[in-house]
Amino acid sequence: MKEILSGNEAIARGAYEAGCLVASAYPGTPSTEILENVINYKEINASWAPNEKVALEVAIGASFGGARALACMKHVGVNVAADPLFTASYTGVKGGLVLVAADDPEMHSSQNEQDSRNYAKFAKVPMLEPADSRECKEFTRLAFELSEQFDTPVMLRSCTRISHGKSVVELGERVSDLPAPKLVKDAPKLVMLPGNAKVRHPLVEERTVKLSEYGDTAAINRMELHSGEIGVICAGVTYQYVREALPEASVLKLGMVWPLPKNLIREFSTKVKQLFVIEELDPFIEEQVKAMGIACQGKGLTSLCGELSPGRIRDAFVKASIIEAAASEAVTVEPVPPRPPNMCPGCPHRGVFYQLNRANAYVTGDIGCYTLGFMPPLNAMDTCVCMGASISMGSGIVRALPPEEQKRVVAVIGDSTFLHTGINSLMEMAWNKAPATVVILDNRITAMTGRQENPASGFTLAGDETSEVNIPELCRVLGIKHVRVVDPYDLDATRLAIEEEMNRPEPSVIITNRPCCLIKGAGRFEKGKILEVDQGKCTGCKACLRIGCPAIEWKPNPDGNKGKAFIDPQLCTGCTVCQQLCKFNAIGGRK
Amino acid sequence: MDNAITNILLVGVGGQGILLASEILSEAFMLAGFDVKKSEIHGMSQRGGSVVSHVRFGKEVFSPVVPEGEGDILFGFELLETYRYLSLLKPGATVVANDYKIAPPSVLLGQAGYPQALPEKIKAKFPDFLLVDGQGLALQAGDVRAANTVMLGAVSKRLQIADAVWQQALEKMVPKRALEINLKAFAMGREL
Repeated sequence: MKEILSGNEAIARGAYEAGCLVASAYPGTPSTEILENVINYKEINASWAPNEKVALEVAIGASFGGARALACMKHVGVNVAADPLFTASYTGVKGGLVLVAADDPEMHSSQNEQDSRNYAKFAKVPMLEPADSRECKEFTRLAFELSEQFDTPVMLRSCTRISHGKSVVELGERVSDLPAPKLVKDAPKLVMLPGNAKVRHPLVEERTVKLSEYGDTAAINRMELHSGEIGVICAGVTYQYVREALPEASVLKLGMVWPLPKNLIREFSTKVKQLFVIEELDPFIEEQVKAMGIACQGKGLTSLCGELSPGRIRDAFVKASIIEAAASEAVTVEPVPPRPPNMCPGCPHRGVFYQLNRANAYVTGDIGCYTLGFMPPLNAMDTCVCMGASISMGSGIVRALPPEEQKRVVAVIGDSTFLHTGINSLMEMAWNKAPATVVILDNRITAMTGRQENPASGFTLAGDETSEVNIPELCRVLGIKHVRVVDPYDLDATRLAIEEEMNRPEPSVIITNRPCCLIKGAGRFEKGKILEVDQGKCTGCKACLRIGCPAIEWKPNPDGNKGKAFIDPQLCTGCTVCQQLCKFNAIGGRK
Repeated sequence: MDNAITNILLVGVGGQGILLASEILSEAFMLAGFDVKKSEIHGMSQRGGSVVSHVRFGKEVFSPVVPEGEGDILFGFELLETYRYLSLLKPGATVVANDYKIAPPSVLLGQAGYPQALPEKIKAKFPDFLLVDGQGLALQAGDVRAANTVMLGAVSKRLQIADAVWQQALEKMVPKRALEINLKAFAMGREL
C-alpha cells in the first residue's frame, strides 16, 4: 500500500518494519514527530526521556538486552548524547542500535547549524543519509541490519527538509524472525574498563575499513551516469536539488556518508571531466575526496552557511561559468512588515517577562517558547546558549560582578528544560552559593516543540497517567532555601516576588504555576469572560501594548487624533494581564 | 513535456490550517496517480509566524522545495502573506487569495500600517487572480475554521483532478465530525 509520509513518519515506519522493540527520545525540531509516530505502533515500547543522553542510554541498554532499539534527537541533542555515543561505538551492540540525528541547516528553529556527519566520523560509527521519505523508511530498516552485521551503533542523518518533507512511500511488513531479547553476560564486550576498551579499539578501526568496502558495492551508493562532462557527488536532500538543478550531470548518490566508499568515488571520478561535491554545511565529503588525491570543487561554489536549494546550486554553477544562465524574469514586490513568531494570546510567560523588563533584570535565558521573551516589546532576555545553560550561566556571571550588579541577574528556564539539564545547574548554583535568582516557568508541558509530556506533566508519551516531579520540592532537595510559587497572571504578585528575590543575596527560585494555554482545557479562563476595550475610557496611552499580546491591536484614529486599543474577541483568552496594566479601567469583561 | 512538474505554494500565518490543506492537496495528487512531494517548515514558526508550504506533483519529482521563481499557483490564506511570497512565482502564475487580514506585530503595536490595496497590487502583477471571501463562505458552510477548505475548493478548479478524487482525499484527511461542513465548504469554493 502507498502512503504519503513525512520523513519522520517514514523513519517511525522503518523502525516498526525492522522489528524495533524500544525507542526513546527528547523532543527537538525537526526530529520530534518520529517518536510521536512510533508510539502508534503498539509493538514498540516508546517513551520520552528527560534528555538526549538518557534517551541514547535507554536505547543502548535495550540493545544490550538483545532488542532492536532506536534513539532520536535533533543535531544539538547529539552534543548532549555524545558521551555514551562514543563508548557505544566501542562496545558495539547486541540488538541493532540506531541513533537518528535531525540536522537543521538554515536554523529554522535552532540555535546553531552543526553538521552531524562530523559526529559519525568522530565517534567512528557509520552514518546513512536518506534523500526522501521512501529512503527514510528503507534506510532505517537497513540501519538496524547493518548495526547487527557490523556490530556498531548506526547513525541516520536527516535534515529539516527531509524530516518535515512528505513523499510517497510503499509500506512493508514487520520482520518476524528476530531472536527474542534475553540477558547474556558478556563483560569483555560491554564493560569498557581500559583493559577491555583497548581490545575493542582496533576492532572499531577494522570495522570502518570493512564498512567502506561494503559501501563500494552496496546499492545505497549508486552512480547515475549521464553527461561525461560534469559529475557531482552528493547525498540526502542535496541529491534531489542537484538532480533538479543539473539534470544533465552524472551523479554519485551516496546513501552512506560515513565511511565513504573510496573505490566507488575513485571509479566515478574517472568517468567525468570535472568533479564536484555539492553538500550542505561543512565540506565533509569534499575534504575526504581531496585527501584521496582526487581533484574536485566544492565549497568554492556553495556556502558553508545555510541550506542549499535547486536555485542556489544552479546559480553557483552559472556564476562559476560551468553552465549557462537560463533566461528568467523575476517578479519583485515591495517590502512588507515581517511576521516573526510570538508568544500566544494568554501565554502565562508574558507577564513574567514584562515584570523582568521593568525590574531591569539581566536575564540569562534558555531554550523553549519563552526564548521569544527576547522579542520586542518585552525585550527581556539577554543570553541564550543551550538547554540548561541559563542557570549555570547566571551562576557564573554573578561571580564576576560587583554586589549591586549581581542582584540584576535572573536565570529563566522552562519546566522541561529544567528537568533536561537545568537540575545539574541548579545543584551547582546552590552548592556554590551563587546569589542569582532563578525563575522556573512551569507551564506543565514541553510547549515549544508542540506540547509533549515531560517528567513533571503527569503523563507518558502514550498518554498514560504517571508520577509527577514536584519541582518546588526538587529545588529544595538540591539545596535552595528560598523557593516560592507565584501566579504569573497576577502581575503585582509576580513583580513583588521578582523584586524580593532579586534583592536577596542568596540563591533563590521562583516557580510560576500556570499551564500552557494550548493544553486542552487550559485555554479559556472563565468561559465567556474575554475582555474588551471601553472605547470611551481608553485614553490611547498604549500601556496595554507593552506586553505584545497578539490579541491587542492599535487602531489609529482616522481623523489624526490619538488612536485606541482594540481586543480581538477571537484571540482573547481572558488572562487579564492587559486589564491589570490599564490605569483607566478601560479594559473589562465581555459577556 | 513528459515530466512537467506543477509547483503549488500555500502561504499564510501559523495556525490557519495550512498544513492540513497541503496534506489534502498532496493526497489528491497521489490518488490521481502522480508522484508528489511536500515540504514545510514548522517548529518556531507555528505560533503566529509566517508559514509557507510547498507541494509539487508530476511524473517524477526530485526537490521537495519549489525553486524560486518557478511557482505555478500561489494559494494565500492571508493577504499580506500572499503578497510577501509573490516573488516565488513565475510570470503568469495563478494566485488565489483569501480576503482576510491578520496584523503582524509591528502593526499591532501601531509602529507600521497594514499595507493598503493589496488585491489591486497583486492583480497588477498576476492577472490570473481570484480573491475569495474565505471566512464568509466558511461561515455559510457552518464553521469559520473551514475557510481553508473553501480556498482548496477554489484552487481545485485549476487542477485537472476528478471530483471523486477530491472527495476521497477529503474523506481520508478531514476528521469525521467536521467532514460534512468541509465537503460543503469545498463545493462552495469550487463554484467560484
